[in-house]
This record gives sequence, structure tokens and C-alpha cells, in this order.
Amino acid sequence: MKYMLLIYAATDGPEPSPEQAQAEMAEWFAYTEALATAGALVSGDPLAMPTEATTVRVRDGKRLVTDGPFAETKEVLLGYYLIDVATLDEALDWAEKLPSTPYGSTEVRPVMDIPMPS
Amino acid sequence: MTDPAGEAAALLRDTVRAEWAALVAVLVRELRDLELAEDCAQDAVVRALERWPADGLPDRPGAWLLTTARRRAIDRLRRQARYVDKLDLLRREAARTDEDLAGGPPGGALLDDDQLALIFGCCHPALSLEAQVALTLRSVCGLSTVEVAHAFLVPETTMAQRLVRAKRKIRVAAIPFRVPPADALAERIDAVLAVIYLVFNEGYAASAGAAPIRVELADEALRLAHLTARLLPDDPEALGLLALLLLTDARRVARLDAEGELVALEEQDRARWDRRKIDEGLAVLAAAARHERTGPFQLQAAVAALHDRAPSVAATNWRAIVVLYDALHRLQPTAIVALNRAVAIAFAGQLDDALGLVDALGTELGEHHLWLATRAELLHRAGRWAAVDAAYAAAVAAAPTEAERRFLERRRRRAAAGAVRFGHGQ
Repeated sequence: MKYMLLIYAATDGPEPSPEQAQAEMAEWFAYTEALATAGALVSGDPLAMPTEATTVRVRDGKRLVTDGPFAETKEVLLGYYLIDVATLDEALDWAEKLPSTPYGSTEVRPVMDIPMPS
Repeated sequence: MTDPAGEAAALLRDTVRAEWAALVAVLVRELRDLELAEDCAQDAVVRALERWPADGLPDRPGAWLLTTARRRAIDRLRRQARYVDKLDLLRREAARTDEDLAGGPPGGALLDDDQLALIFGCCHPALSLEAQVALTLRSVCGLSTVEVAHAFLVPETTMAQRLVRAKRKIRVAAIPFRVPPADALAERIDAVLAVIYLVFNEGYAASAGAAPIRVELADEALRLAHLTARLLPDDPEALGLLALLLLTDARRVARLDAEGELVALEEQDRARWDRRKIDEGLAVLAAAARHERTGPFQLQAAVAALHDRAPSVAATNWRAIVVLYDALHRLQPTAIVALNRAVAIAFAGQLDDALGLVDALGTELGEHHLWLATRAELLHRAGRWAAVDAAYAAAVAAAPTEAERRFLERRRRRAAAGAVRFGHGQ
């Protein structure tokens, strides 16, 4: 089973000091390493801030392009991991261990198994 | 005089009551698909209704249903190529049960694990609480969708949709049906016990509808509590919950009068309390206490035990009940526990202290019908006649059911009579 761990957290806190930022990076690297070692890692990336995002809609056949994301929530999507584990319980365990889960939240979304044209 | 159809229907009803959870649990393990497992079990029941009157009653009706359900699963899976791997296993199992039909019961320990796995799957925290409750009643207790809908007073289509949604999430998100690992077990047991407690409460003190007690829900909760206590013998809270339900349910018949109206604890005919349930509850509570790990259900069971053993409200050991609520409040610092604690303090004789505590809870619970009813009762008890009638009026207005509204109306009229007697009537 593939699950997407969607990493949400608020970004309105104070800027971390360089030491803090480095310590946080080390946590993320360690987490990614652990996923890879367990054979659960498919892929994962951080995302740029929602202020850098562009939203596309098509309404009445016309393309509407707007700045930023649609939702006005405090927590924003910061990145994701795509993991491959046996059941939801393992996916929830990995979500719990994410460095951001203690202050943010992580949405665990099953990935639909639909074959892509090759 | 024989009535093959009637006999078959009666045997089938008893078998489904006793063995539905085991039947579905085994099928879920083999099929890894709750929906398919239930559909096949249901098909087997329908088939039994057709076959049993004609063929005669099977010696082991549970095994008959299991074999038939497996054959049904084979038929269904054959049409879906992607389940080829499961087919072989099922064919082997179906053949094995045919041999077993003459032999003894299937392996007890394995069956217990299957049933536990089913319960943990239905009470998985990734499902909404209402979905957990509905699934548990449907899949573990074997209630039909109509019965579950009726129990929760929602239209059948609503309940059917709720169950379909829950099963879809189980399938799509791969919610596992298994006993959780040791490090997660305590938390997951708590979730299971919470579901059973919710079912019982809805049965014992219905939150909506015309019937003040819904016996079928209280009975299902007791059956579930018995099952989990048997399956989790090392968990003192599983025992504590069973004790609590037994010790509370023992008073059920006395809670309604001849007209079906609610009767207050102090006016209940204690001779009508169920001695057998009380004795069983006390024994289970003692077994729980031997683990020396207390918990909220054991503490509430201990409170219920003090009520059950007392000859009257006046002769109840309210001091001990206050101590138990102190301990419960440390574990569960909720406003409702604090309210119950205040009631115990009032009955222990410190009415003014209790009223102060209740008033202090007003900001948090002021809209809650239990807070309003408690406040009215305590004001009445304290003889604060000037405030009593308005307090009862507010409680009546907030009563969630007709039965409770009528109950509070009677208390209000009695309070008004008391006010007149003490020279405070209007």
C-alpha cells in the first residue's frame, strides 16, 4: 500500500537561528534515512511556501490562474513523503515519527492504485 | 407437531446471536475484506433459511454457516481474477471444515485472536466514533443494518451509507484487522472499551427518542463487554468495564415504574435489583482489582458497587463515593466527573459545598441538561425554595427526551408542594 504523508505546519513562528535550522535539518535527514532503511521510502520533497504557489481552475471552459492556495488556513502544506508499507497502522507510525508532527499535523492519504499509461 | 421452518428459524437466530462475530472474524482473516466477509456470511444465513427446513437441522450450525459462506466467497472471487491467491486458501479451508463438521469445535485460541482482530479493526481510531459504533454492532454483534439504524434512531439509508463509507475507508486506506502490537495495545483497548461504553449508555439512558431505556443496546453492550473481558483477561479495565455495566444494568428494571416512567435512585424498589448481575459484577470487579492497576472503569464500577450494596440512599457510603470520584477526577478531569463528584458531596451531607461546586461548573456546563437537573435537585434538597422552581423549569426545558422531561416535571411539582409546605409557595 502506498500512502502520501502530507506534512502540514504553521509557518508564522519566529525564524529559527542558524543552529536551530541545522538541528532541524539533521532531524529530517535522519527521518528520511530511517524510512529508506526500513524499505518504506518511495519519494519525498519539501515544497516552497504557498506564497510561491499558483492555483489553476477552469470555469466555463476558461482557465483561471490565481496567486497562492485556495484555503485560508494557518497550517500550510510544507512537503510530502510517498511511502510504501503494509497497512494504515505502519503509515500512522511513520506519520507520528515525522519531525513536524509534534507541532504540525500530518495527513495520511492512501494513494490510489491506478495504472498509468507507459 | 413439528414446524421445520419455525425450528430452523429459531436455531438460525440463536446461532447468529452466538456465533456471528466468530463467523465474520474467521472470514475477515481469510478474505482480508470486511465487506466481502459480511456479504458472504449474510448469504450463508439466507441459504440456511432455505436449506435447513428441507434438509434437516445441522448438528453444528455455526460450522455449516462458515462452510457455506466460504463456498459463497469462492463463487464471488472466481469472478474477480485479482483474488486468485485467496481462492486456493479458501478451497482448502472449505474442504477442511467439511471434515470438521463431524469433529469438535475449531481451534479456540485462533478463533479468539480472529475475534479480537475483528473488534480492533471495527474500533480503529482512523474511523469516526459513530462509524466505529455502527460497524461494531453490525460486524461483531451481528445486528442488521435496519436494527443498527433503529438503535440509533436514524433512517436506514443513513445508516447503510455510514456503514458503506466506513467499509470503503477500511478497504481503501488498508485499515488492518489484527491485534495491535504491545506498545499500542493499551491505547487501542481504551478505544474499544469507549465504543462499548457508548453503546451501553445509549441503551441505559437513551439520549433521544421515546423509550427511556433501549434494552437491546444495553444487552449488546453487555455481550460485547463479556466478550472483550474474556478475550483480554489481563486487562483490568476490560474487566472494570464489564463490572461497571453489570453493576449498573442490575438496576435497570427498577428504573422504570409500571407506567414506564423513570424512577429516581432514592425511590427505586431495591428488591427488584438483579442480585445475579450484582454478584457477577462484584466478582468481576474483584478480579480486576487483583491486577492492582486502577482505571476509570474500575473506579466507576466501585461507585456502582457501593450503590448496589446499600439498603437505601440514606444508608449509602457517600464518603467512599466521594473518595472514588476524587480518584476518577484525577484520571479524567472532566466537568461531568466533577458534577458527579459534587452530587456525592451533597449526599455525604455537605450541601452548601456541593452547590458551590456545581455553580462553579456553570460556565463550562451551564447549557448541559445534567448540570441544570443536578442544580435543581440540589437546590430542592437544600430547601432554597425561592430558586428551586426556576431551576427545575430550566432543566425541564433542556431535557433531551420526553421521558426525562416528564421525570423532571414530576420532581418540579413535588418541589412546589414542598415549597408550599415550608411556607414559600406563591
